[in-house]
Amino acid sequence: MAQQTKTQFGYRRHPDQDRRETDPAHHPVVIVGAGPVGLSLAIDLAQRGQRVVLLDDADRIGEGSRAICFSKRSLEFWDRLGVGDRMVDKGVVWSVGKIFHGASQLYQFNLLPEEGHKRPAFINLQQFYAEAYLVDRVEELSAIDLRWRNKVIALEQRNDHVVLTVETPDGAYRLAASHLVACDGARSSLRRMVGAEFAGQVFEDQFLIADVKMSAEFPTERWFWFDPPFHAGRSALLHRQPDDIWRIDLQLSPDADPVVERKPENVRPRIARMLGHDKFEFEWISLYKFQCRRMEKFNHGRVIFAGDSAHQVSPFGARGANSGLEDAENLGWKLDRVLRGLSPERLLESYHIERSAAADENIRESTRSTDFMAPATNQEARLRKAVLALARETDFGKRMINGGRLSIPSIYETPLSTPDVDAWNGGTRPGASMPDAPLKDRSGQSTYLTDAFVAAGTRFTVLAFANGAAPDVPNDVGVIRIGGGDFTDAAGLLDARYDAAPGSAYLLRPDGYVAARFRHPTRAALEAALARASGLN
Amino acid sequence: MALSTSSNFAKPDDAFRMIVEAHRGLDDAQSGDLDAALVLILANHIGDIGVLRDAITLAKRQVIEAVQPSQQ
Ligand SMILES: Cc1cc2nc3c(=O)[nH]c(=O)nc-3n(C[C@H](O)[C@H](O)[C@H](O)COP(=O)(O)OP(=O)(O)OC[C@H]3O[C@@H](n4cnc5c(N)ncnc54)[C@H](O)[C@@H]3O)c2cc1C
Repeated sequence: MAQQTKTQFGYRRHPDQDRRETDPAHHPVVIVGAGPVGLSLAIDLAQRGQRVVLLDDADRIGEGSRAICFSKRSLEFWDRLGVGDRMVDKGVVWSVGKIFHGASQLYQFNLLPEEGHKRPAFINLQQFYAEAYLVDRVEELSAIDLRWRNKVIALEQRNDHVVLTVETPDGAYRLAASHLVACDGARSSLRRMVGAEFAGQVFEDQFLIADVKMSAEFPTERWFWFDPPFHAGRSALLHRQPDDIWRIDLQLSPDADPVVERKPENVRPRIARMLGHDKFEFEWISLYKFQCRRMEKFNHGRVIFAGDSAHQVSPFGARGANSGLEDAENLGWKLDRVLRGLSPERLLESYHIERSAAADENIRESTRSTDFMAPATNQEARLRKAVLALARETDFGKRMINGGRLSIPSIYETPLSTPDVDAWNGGTRPGASMPDAPLKDRSGQSTYLTDAFVAAGTRFTVLAFANGAAPDVPNDVGVIRIGGGDFTDAAGLLDARYDAAPGSAYLLRPDGYVAARFRHPTRAALEAALARASGLN
Repeated sequence: MALSTSSNFAKPDDAFRMIVEAHRGLDDAQSGDLDAALVLILANHIGDIGVLRDAITLAKRQVIEAVQPSQQ
C-alpha cells in the first residue's frame, strides 16, 4: 500500500466512557461501522450540521481485494462530500468493456457513450484508498467523533432511542442514541441483535480473486472471458487498478479446495497462463463464494440498516459499495430533517421503500449475471452456449451475453414523488436521479449541473428554465436558474436531458433525485411537491 | 399482442417437416443445441415479452401434463 495513505489509527479514550452505567451519554445519531457507507453517511450528516458518533471495531483500514469499481453516481455523491476529486485523481477512468469467448472477442460496450458529464461512468480504485480519503475528510469535520476499537456488543431498543453497549480496550461502556444507523457490513452483528437474520441465494461456484502487480500494456478496459483458452470451461476477468495493480477473477468449481487454491504456488501458473508471462507479484489472493440477499425491512424502530448489512450481491456489476453509497445519500438528508424536527419519523419509511426496491433490482441483476457465468443445469448451460455462439454473428446474441450489468441508479417508485401532470417528451421523470450536463456560469466559466447543485446548497433545489420572470420559489429552497443572465446551457445538453421548454422547472431532492416537474410552476404547486417530498403529507 | 395459436402457416406440414429435418443426422446433444439456438432466435424475432411468457406457459403445460397423466 502506498505510503502517503494513512491506514492505521489509534484508539482514544472518550469522556463518554467515564459515565455511570445508568446514565449513558445521549447522542442524536450513532453510526456503527466505518466502511465506505458509514464514513460517507457520517460526512453527509456532518455537512448538514449534525453531530455524529461513528464507531468501528477495528483501528485500521482493511486491506485485501474488495471493491474496485466506483460508479458515476458514487462519484457525484462524493463530490458533494468534498472527496470526489481525490478519488478521481487517484483512480483509473474507464468506460469500455470487452467480452471474449474462447480466444476471440465477441463484442464491446461503452457504459457512457454520451458527452457532457463531469464524472466518468466508472473509476477503478482500491477500496482502501476510498476509505482512507473518506477518513481524511472525516478528520476535517469536528462534528464527527470517530471512535476506533469501539465494538458494539449489545443493543437495547426503546420507544424513542436505543442504548448500546460498546466494548473498548478499556472495557465496555454504554451509549444512548436517538437514531442508530447500522453500517456494520455483511456479517452485521446489529442485524442479529434486532433478530433479523436473513437467508438468500448462495452461489456454489467459487471465485479466485487475485490482485497482481505488473507493468502491462493492456488498455484500461474491463475484459471478461467465457471459456478462455487459459482457463477452460469457466470465466475470467481482468481489470486495471491504480499503482500498476490488476484485478483478476477466475471462476473455480464448487468443489475446489480453498486452502489449496489460495496457495501462491498454485495461483501463479493459472495467472501466468492467462497473461502469457510470469513477471508479476501478488498483492493479495482470496477465494470467495458469493450470495445475493437482503433484509426484509431496513428500518427496525430506531435502528436503520445501510450498505452490506442490509443487502449483499455478488460483485459482478459493482453493485455492492455503489448501492450502499446510494443508501447513504438517500438516508442522510432524511435523517437530518427528522433530527431537526422538520419532517416526521415517517419520512424514514421512504428510505426503506426506495432502497429496498433498489436492493431487489441489484439482487436481480447480480443474480442473473452470476447465473449466466455459472449455469445451474445442463439446459441452462446449453442455452448459454447458444447465446455465445449466436453472439458471433447477431446483435441480439451479443446483447444477451451477461458478464455483469454494471451499477446504475434505480428509478424510485415512491410516495415522495409528485406524479407528472403536464406533458413531457422524455426528460427526467420524478423518482429518477438528475443527469449531469455542462453549463456556463455568469462569468462564462465552464461548470456542470452537479457543481451548481452543490453550490446551491445540496438541499431541495429548483432547477428553473427562465422565460423572463423568475419562478416564485418556496423558502429555504436552492435555485439553479438556466438563462435570464444566470447559467447558460451552452452545449444544449441540459435542454435535451430535461426536455426543458422555457418556463419549466424541476424540483430536485437534496440527494439529487427529481421530486417533481412542472411546465408552469406556481408557488403553490412547488410548496405542495416540497411538502410531499418531505414526508409532510 | 396476444400469443397466436390459430394455424399461421399456409402449409403447416412443410413447417413441421422443416424443423424435423433440421435435426436429421444430429445426435441428442447437437439436437439440444439446435433447439436452444432456435428458441432464442425465434424469441428475439417475436420480441414481445408477453407473447414469450404465454408461449412458455402453453409449452410448459404440455410437459407438466405429460408427466402427470394420472391426474387427468
Ligand atoms: C471481491 C470483491 C469485489 C468487490 N467489488 C466491488 C466493486 O467493484 N464495486 C462495488 O461497489 N462493490 C464491490 N464489492 C462490495 C463492497 O466491498 C462492499 O459492498 C462494501 O465494502 C460495503 O460497505 P459497507 O460500508 O456497507 O460495509 P463494510 O465495508 O464491510 O464495513 C463495515 C465496517 O463495520 C465494522 N464493524 C462490523 N461490526 C462492527 C461492530 N459490531 N461494531 C463496530 N464496528 C463494526 C467493520 O470493522 C467495518 O469497518 C466487492 C466485494 C468483494 C468481496
